[in-house]
Amino acid sequence: MAARYLERSRIVAPPGWSRWLIPPAALSIHLAIGQAYAWSVFKKPLEASLGISGVASALPFTFAIVMLGLSAALFGTRVDSKGPRWAMFISMCCFCSGFLISALGVSIGQYWLVVLGYGVVGGIGLGIGYISPVSTLIKWFPDRPGMATGIAIMGFGGGALIAAPWSNSMLTAFGATGTGPDTGGIAKTFLIHGVAYAVFMSVGWLLIRVPADDWKPVGWEPRPRPAGSLISAGNVSARNAIKTPQFWLLWVVLCFNVTAGIGILERAAPIYSDFFPGGAGLAAAAAGFVAILSLANMLGRFVWSSTSDLIGRKNAYRMYLGVGALLYLTVTQTTNANKVVFLVCCLLILSFYGAGFATVPAYLRDLFGTYQVGAIHGRLLTAWSTAGVLGPVIVNAVADARITAGVTGPGRYTLSFSIMIGLLIIGFVCNELIRPVNPRFHEPASEHAAGKAAMAA
Amino acid sequence: MNTRTTGSASNGRAVLTALAWAWVAAPFLYGLYQLLLKIPALFGS
Repeated sequence: MAARYLERSRIVAPPGWSRWLIPPAALSIHLAIGQAYAWSVFKKPLEASLGISGVASALPFTFAIVMLGLSAALFGTRVDSKGPRWAMFISMCCFCSGFLISALGVSIGQYWLVVLGYGVVGGIGLGIGYISPVSTLIKWFPDRPGMATGIAIMGFGGGALIAAPWSNSMLTAFGATGTGPDTGGIAKTFLIHGVAYAVFMSVGWLLIRVPADDWKPVGWEPRPRPAGSLISAGNVSARNAIKTPQFWLLWVVLCFNVTAGIGILERAAPIYSDFFPGGAGLAAAAAGFVAILSLANMLGRFVWSSTSDLIGRKNAYRMYLGVGALLYLTVTQTTNANKVVFLVCCLLILSFYGAGFATVPAYLRDLFGTYQVGAIHGRLLTAWSTAGVLGPVIVNAVADARITAGVTGPGRYTLSFSIMIGLLIIGFVCNELIRPVNPRFHEPASEHAAGKAAMAA
Repeated sequence: MNTRTTGSASNGRAVLTALAWAWVAAPFLYGLYQLLLKIPALFGS
């Protein structure tokens, strides 16, 4: 009975349902699971209370990001067939169970339970939750798919903004900060997180609706596609999509765009300190730099993704990759000669990093249609997992080697930024090579209709 | 009667939409405010 409540057929919107109820439903999930990027708040208390190393305390986050990519790829087709309410409910169960298992692990001193809970179980919740509203938003906003997915994916960026100060104040209130943090305080914090996020995310799966098959926005008619347009007239299944060169070109585009953003994001505070050393408030200024980058990352997701509805997806990625490379070049050439130029370049680079995530679902919709766009998006997110490993490895390895060699100041980053320019140029070329999908990959109209009927059943 | 039912359903959805947006906007604005507090230090030194 409860399982049937989650089915797609139970959430077809009645006539007159407002599509503006869908973005807050999506945000209820994304603002919650975006907490993952605030994991660092728990690192020091865990290290001090359980006596674990910095590498060990990072494991739950690392596992969570790897599981995000894997679960999005593995469960993407199931998310598309079962519908967004089922996916959001499962995401909530996994994500919040992760906190509860972690609370148990910390309270009995078994750190492996934190890795299993937050990293593995919670990570599955991240992957399913991340893709859960994407295809639904695209179907509700066929006229503005970039804006719709931009709102949701901006929420993922915003989740850390909420979680970082909230978790910090809770840890402080429970005596779980400082040199001798209370293990019980950390466990209580995890427990409250699990319960609070369950309540917050419930609004998402209660509110979500899918449009009826024949629904379209009032007064909107699909525009005729010019010859050679990237926007597909057919639908491609997830199984077929990964056989197309377009999917793999876009995989490289996303992977390198993310890697380039991580080039700054990974070492934001040290980069600022090395570029502009001195001054009494250096630590606070570096923290301000990290904060303003987060803001740019978040706003870029909404602003540039919405812009892509006007200028087209290919042009949007030309800007992210081409202008991104020029901005990196500007930073390497001007170094610390002008603080305003440095800040503007870094802000734009981070805004393009966020935009790369937010625009890709609409790009996939253009290329492969709406049929299994959630599942295809899930498979593409393996590029994110790859970049999540590649980016920090490049930046940290190069910067550490330069520091060991005695290089000081901006020179520590010249090589890693040059590598980022190279990656962005490769991404730019891959974007240029994207052509409309060959119609032989399109689903026959009858099979597409049968697939829709099976989903509705 | 039908017009009245449709009108009240429409009002109900408008209230629901406002509440749904408030549900997500409130924590988001809290996070944004906390973030903005840190930025002045960037230009102070």
